[in-house]
Amino acid sequence: MSCSRYEIRFSGAGGQGLILAGIIMGEAAAIFEGKQAVQSQSYGPEARGGASKSEVIISDEPIDFPKATSVDALLALTQQACDKYSKDLKEGGILLVDSDLVKKLPKGNFTVVRFPIINTAKNEVGRTIVANIVALGAMVALSGIVSRESALKAVLSRVPEAFVELNRKAFETGYNRALEARG
Amino acid sequence: MSKKVAFLQGNEACALGALYAGCRFFAGYPITPSTEVAEVMAKELPKVGGAFIQMEDEIAAMAAVIGASLTGIKSLTATSGPGFSLKQENLGYACITEVPCVIINVMRGGPSTGMPTGPSQSDVMQAKWGTHGDHPAICLVPASVQELFTETVRAFNLAEKYRTPVTVMPDEIVGHMRERIVFPEPGELPVINRTAPSVSPQSYQPYDTSFGDIPPLAAFGSGYRFHVTGLNKAQDGFPTTRADIVQAEEERQVRKIENAVDDIVTYEEYLLDDAEVVVIAFGSIARSARYAVNAARKNGIKAGLFRIITYWPFPDRQIRALAERAKAVIVPEMNLGMTVHEVRRCVEGRVPVSGIFRVDGEPISPNEIFARIQEVR
Repeated sequence: MSCSRYEIRFSGAGGQGLILAGIIMGEAAAIFEGKQAVQSQSYGPEARGGASKSEVIISDEPIDFPKATSVDALLALTQQACDKYSKDLKEGGILLVDSDLVKKLPKGNFTVVRFPIINTAKNEVGRTIVANIVALGAMVALSGIVSRESALKAVLSRVPEAFVELNRKAFETGYNRALEARG
Repeated sequence: MSKKVAFLQGNEACALGALYAGCRFFAGYPITPSTEVAEVMAKELPKVGGAFIQMEDEIAAMAAVIGASLTGIKSLTATSGPGFSLKQENLGYACITEVPCVIINVMRGGPSTGMPTGPSQSDVMQAKWGTHGDHPAICLVPASVQELFTETVRAFNLAEKYRTPVTVMPDEIVGHMRERIVFPEPGELPVINRTAPSVSPQSYQPYDTSFGDIPPLAAFGSGYRFHVTGLNKAQDGFPTTRADIVQAEEERQVRKIENAVDDIVTYEEYLLDDAEVVVIAFGSIARSARYAVNAARKNGIKAGLFRIITYWPFPDRQIRALAERAKAVIVPEMNLGMTVHEVRRCVEGRVPVSGIFRVDGEPISPNEIFARIQEVR
């Protein structure tokens, strides 16, 4: 109910690392910025595939309802997720989609940002597996709800030493590409 | 020094709460959505000299927990609906033998295999009536990651103090969501250990009521030898069919909890002083309800929330008192109507009670509760 309540939803297919992206966003807010944050998820019984979502609520005040009610910023990495999870995106909200995989956009008054997220991970960063971190960087840039520095700290605190540079590059690339794509 | 803070999942906090309480044995069988409790215990128990064992099924896991506790070690198992059903037989065994232990049941959709990844609150009756026969039940229903930690500590304390199994039942949302948790320092929360016998091994009896309704429990391996059986027993632990003893023992086992409701029953009252519409809820749905109550207040409706934290024993007296002041009571829950019957029993027709029920794997939203508040005001 509080006006500072900000709702983020990462959606796509099971196995794309979206739950982890949500956790890192939550850690950035709760640990590195001292805000309140709740992360939750919903997924099917499949180990991979199937529509999956991870939600993060960030607020300056205690958070009661832990799930999204009116989404401020939505990421969709698959068409199925976009169709299923865009219904409660709020008017004026941000919709970030993978432009290769999501062709049909929901109707509504949203700020739509499109770029080939998975392909960017594969070709620009070098590993498809960091697509979730590219997406996270993009969502941090577009939402502005946590600082670039806090989010990057949260990413790097989760990563083994050998993968620090890969993840830093993924995060920064996603951050910059999202701002370019928004224009 | 600043306190240790983390962004943790409910199930992880639950396991760390168990360790804080002194739990040193875990037996279980993995099942969604409780598996993370076992994962953390498997990783952490060996570091503190404890033992973790994955059993062949949930029945055996419950048996192992009872056996381990009888050696004086605080013991835990964690499961979800289908596994909780399997544990019922041995849960009854823990009740009649009065062995302290804690069972975590992270509630998912049912019956049977149901919806493994979907949230539910439909096991609350099973927590009291799932195993056959008359027996006491203590069941705690936390609503946040922090509370899942502290209620798990409290569950061990109650188990040890009252010599009884205790269940902690977060719904899947509380078990799986992540929040900021501030870890209590050692010594900050009370940690209770069972009373050891003060008499010699020769004169020890495991159900010696001369020490009151909660007889001291000796640890196997400490020189005290006694018999443990699922049959009705006399105070020496051996089976009996003597009517007066069976009647007295059954009554004592139920009475030891009934007489302690003031120590056991916990709840949270939110904006109830002048509330005309009272929402009674627990677990994640209490969080929806709080959001709805705040929305109602902004719209000039005098709404309040009674949040159940201890589900069994049910907060009869507190809910009865609410009926004196409220004009309407709403009970939202993720089942097809369980708590609503307990509430109706308590208010005895003095105030209209309506339920909001969902079993589709989605939580009851604040809007659904707010809409009902507007209807019944």
